[in-house]
Amino acid sequence: MAITKDTVKYVANLARIGLDDKELGDFTKQLDRILEYVHKIKKLDVSKLEPTSHVLEMKNVYREDRVKDSLPASEAMKNAPAKEGNLFKVKKIIGV
Amino acid sequence: MELNKLTAHELIGILNKGDILPIDICNTLIGAVRKKDQGINAVVHFDDKKPVERCKALGNDKSGALWGIPIFIKDNICVKDELTTCSSNILEGFRPPYNATVIDKLLCSGAVLMGKTNMDEFAFGSSTETSCYGATRNPWDPERIPGGSSGGSAACVAADEAIFALGSDTGGSIRQPASLCGVVGLKPTYGRVSRYGLIAFASSLDQIGPIAKDVEDAALLLKVIAGHDDMDSTSVDMPVPDYPALIKQDIKGLKIGVPKEYFIKGIDPEVKQAVRSAIDKIEKMGAVCEDMSLPHTEYAVAVYYLVATAEASSNLARFDGVQYGMRPGQVTSVIDMHKKTRQQGFGSEAKRRIILGTFALSSGYYDAYYSRALKVRTLIKRDFDEAFKKYDAILTPTSPTPAFKIGEKVEDPLTMYLSDIFTISANLAGIPCVSIPCGFTKAGLPVGLQILGKAFDEETVLKIAHHYEQATDWHKRRPLT
Amino acid sequence: MAYETVIGLEVHLQLKTKSKVFCGCSTAFGAPPNAQTCPVCLGFPGSLPVLNRQALMLAAKVAIALNCQIAKKIRFDRKNYFYPDLPKAFQISQFDQPLSQHGYLPVSIDGKEKRIKIRRVHLEEDTGKLFHQKDCSLIDFNRSGTPLLEIVSEPDINSPEDAYAYLTSIKSLLQYIDVSDCNMEEGSLRCDANISLRKPGAKELGVKAEIKNMNSFKAVKAALEYEQARQAGLLDSGKEIVQETRLYDAAKDVTESMRSKEEAHDYRYFPEPDLVPFDFEQALLKDIKSSIPELPGPRKKRFMADYHISDYDAAVMVGDKAMADYFEKCISIHKKPKEIANWLMGDVSAYMKEKNLTIDDLNLKWAHLTGMLKMIDDGIISGKIAKTLLIEMIQTGKAPAQLVKDKGLEQISDAGTIEKAVAEAIAENPGIVSDFKGGKQNAIMALMGKVMAKTKGKANPKKVNEALMKRLKGAV
Repeated sequence: MAITKDTVKYVANLARIGLDDKELGDFTKQLDRILEYVHKIKKLDVSKLEPTSHVLEMKNVYREDRVKDSLPASEAMKNAPAKEGNLFKVKKIIGV
Repeated sequence: MELNKLTAHELIGILNKGDILPIDICNTLIGAVRKKDQGINAVVHFDDKKPVERCKALGNDKSGALWGIPIFIKDNICVKDELTTCSSNILEGFRPPYNATVIDKLLCSGAVLMGKTNMDEFAFGSSTETSCYGATRNPWDPERIPGGSSGGSAACVAADEAIFALGSDTGGSIRQPASLCGVVGLKPTYGRVSRYGLIAFASSLDQIGPIAKDVEDAALLLKVIAGHDDMDSTSVDMPVPDYPALIKQDIKGLKIGVPKEYFIKGIDPEVKQAVRSAIDKIEKMGAVCEDMSLPHTEYAVAVYYLVATAEASSNLARFDGVQYGMRPGQVTSVIDMHKKTRQQGFGSEAKRRIILGTFALSSGYYDAYYSRALKVRTLIKRDFDEAFKKYDAILTPTSPTPAFKIGEKVEDPLTMYLSDIFTISANLAGIPCVSIPCGFTKAGLPVGLQILGKAFDEETVLKIAHHYEQATDWHKRRPLT
Repeated sequence: MAYETVIGLEVHLQLKTKSKVFCGCSTAFGAPPNAQTCPVCLGFPGSLPVLNRQALMLAAKVAIALNCQIAKKIRFDRKNYFYPDLPKAFQISQFDQPLSQHGYLPVSIDGKEKRIKIRRVHLEEDTGKLFHQKDCSLIDFNRSGTPLLEIVSEPDINSPEDAYAYLTSIKSLLQYIDVSDCNMEEGSLRCDANISLRKPGAKELGVKAEIKNMNSFKAVKAALEYEQARQAGLLDSGKEIVQETRLYDAAKDVTESMRSKEEAHDYRYFPEPDLVPFDFEQALLKDIKSSIPELPGPRKKRFMADYHISDYDAAVMVGDKAMADYFEKCISIHKKPKEIANWLMGDVSAYMKEKNLTIDDLNLKWAHLTGMLKMIDDGIISGKIAKTLLIEMIQTGKAPAQLVKDKGLEQISDAGTIEKAVAEAIAENPGIVSDFKGGKQNAIMALMGKVMAKTKGKANPKKVNEALMKRLKGAV
């Protein structure tokens, strides 16, 4: 097994995705098969290789420190599922 | 004259003569969508009042390169105040307060935005079956998938509901549906077109590109959308060549590689046959074709499904029910809100990929999966770096098979992933790549030829594509819809 | 039992840029809710970050001032976690290749200089702000995307007092290099602390607690004192310390466990694909270096050596850069450092404190202050009059010579006038005179007062004294 139900549960929790039992079972089986396939990359010796997280050899891209117009608050809030005035609203968070 | 069947460059000629007005084209397309789209389901957000108003507002200044030309947009590209949902329930009702850079460029050029096209949810798929709006059907055979994830854009162009459309390509999402629908699809070099406003799947792989009826239209559209954007740090500051003019230059003497790893067993014999004939034809036109090798091709799918899902797991974390999109009614806490929003809002494939990507990045697995995949990506990129020292372009099939049946692979994610086997490498290496029609199977399904080029050398791949296209008539065939 | 206390501090500092670190929204404090937001800092889908160069320059300035090594290649990473104030559900931060590492800050502890080691300084984006109501929490994203510098010390601090000294020093340094408002109340400077105890001489660190929610340096000190005692108590009674995050409650002056139900942190850092690396070229680093003024530590040493002022005076003078600059400007034309320091620490500071002003806000030209000091030296005004004159100068902005002339504050040194006043005073106060003659030396002071009253305080005291002595002795 490349992955167990417990790992899938743990990872789903990290990703904040609720899963029902059927999904958990199906995903575990499917991900196990995908990971078995993916394991082919383990054959290669990668010890001397640099990772390619970016294909472009670009560097030093920046903007100057100038203020641009913001969205009007009403526009920023337009898609909010819940709000109070111009503040986004969620269930009370315990702690800080 | 059926205006919906013409190309953009043909329509521009007619508009310039003044024989027709933008509204005439627009109305013809509205009619075509109404008549045909019920059976195809390519278009998901369509409000015909908007393009009509736009046509009226265009005025008479015809200076824009796409003045009066209608275009459809994949549903993952932000259009201000218009529904932009990535075909996902989680973005139900979302209307972005801003335009993607490509949309601003299109509007500046005088184009008319028609509506949004169907796609695999968040571009996760190769069949446009994972959309919350239901599958798009292939205009050549409604029992079959149009490819994906830009299946809606490819299908509406193939069905003459559209003149051309924008798609996005992370692992073949423009080229594979273009191939399966018998149209032209171009993935530009990574960094050539701004990604600002493209709802990210995998940031290091995504590119926006054209889907069109011929190569000249693809070149025309690329010229409009390409170029540096100071809102996208990965957009390259280089001049944009005059693609429509450059594609007409001669291809004699170009050196072209044909990688043996793309003609493996498992490839459909009819696809192989069509692509081999196309290569022969291009050779006869004066290019020098040669068998060669891209030795790390077999690892591309594995690398891709780790890198792309890892980035996706992070990019899609923002859909948590706070600032936009759906939120379930009854939640007990913030964590409960997050979990329920994402459980109910995302479809199976999205959840599967987010979980896979989260796994690949999580502590204890990062080195074995994500980090290792990035190192193997280096090998794949090097294959191309080496190849392009010798060759001007590389020819391969776009997809190992023609369009498969709806439902055929849906329950089997790995098999579905393997249908991207020929398109993924170009994204991992960041290079430009076009798919053009190169034949049909006996059952009448289109086959695509893929042409890969050096980074920022779109003109060469488009040039080869254009010359081949001019010597054939595959692109002129249309499905009976 | 006595334990060794080990403290490490994490300072979060908002950098003073006009716009946010990855978008063009303003960073100004106090705007209406969500009025300084855009698709980027709201984490709207499709938006992309672009690095504000100035944020990186200010960050590098801090790193260099803290004697850190700047990485050749700057890269940003995504720190992934869910929280409603984090709009993208990841924070753009720096993980394994931070901006800079391995620095130190000289801190004066018990009159001795100690180098507190800095582990790393890295640049990240701030989150939005949560407002907890009775039945819900509300979010304002104006703060989201403000450039935030994280300065992490090594566990190199051994007492709450030293932690306080470290914070005071770092704040002074940050103000010197003008990178932040350093205002804890407005949240532009925040501090979390890690504290553990161990037996003296032990090599291993003890189990630590992370303390959050302190909104002043005094609160940091108080929280650490509480925590130090709490941990010592637990260890003394043979109990174990639990590794956890604790919140300081200033009203109760205690730390309390957060008891978070959240899962263990797994931030899944990976390189931010939407940004490209930044290479610091030598020339640029040189420019930044040359923009750093003399820092408080070296400046204090120089003040003591060059101006011969005490350790205490030098510390007060350099503590506030504007004050130190003012001090040196004064010295440039009036070469009496001790005298200037006394005035600045005395009457000038008292006035500033009373009116809650900084030396820059104060309407007192340094040329006016030194002009006044010179007038004292030249015997034109008395030291007593100078105290009044200083307030006049601040309130009117006028030059001392002008005010002295307008108000007739010149000291009277003219022998005739003084003689006359002295003669009158002696004639009018026979009682005092006889006291003096009877041996009461102090009685001369009373006569001085009478002369001063006659001259409205303007008579040159030295001359009055001489004239009185001469008359009184002559009369003997």
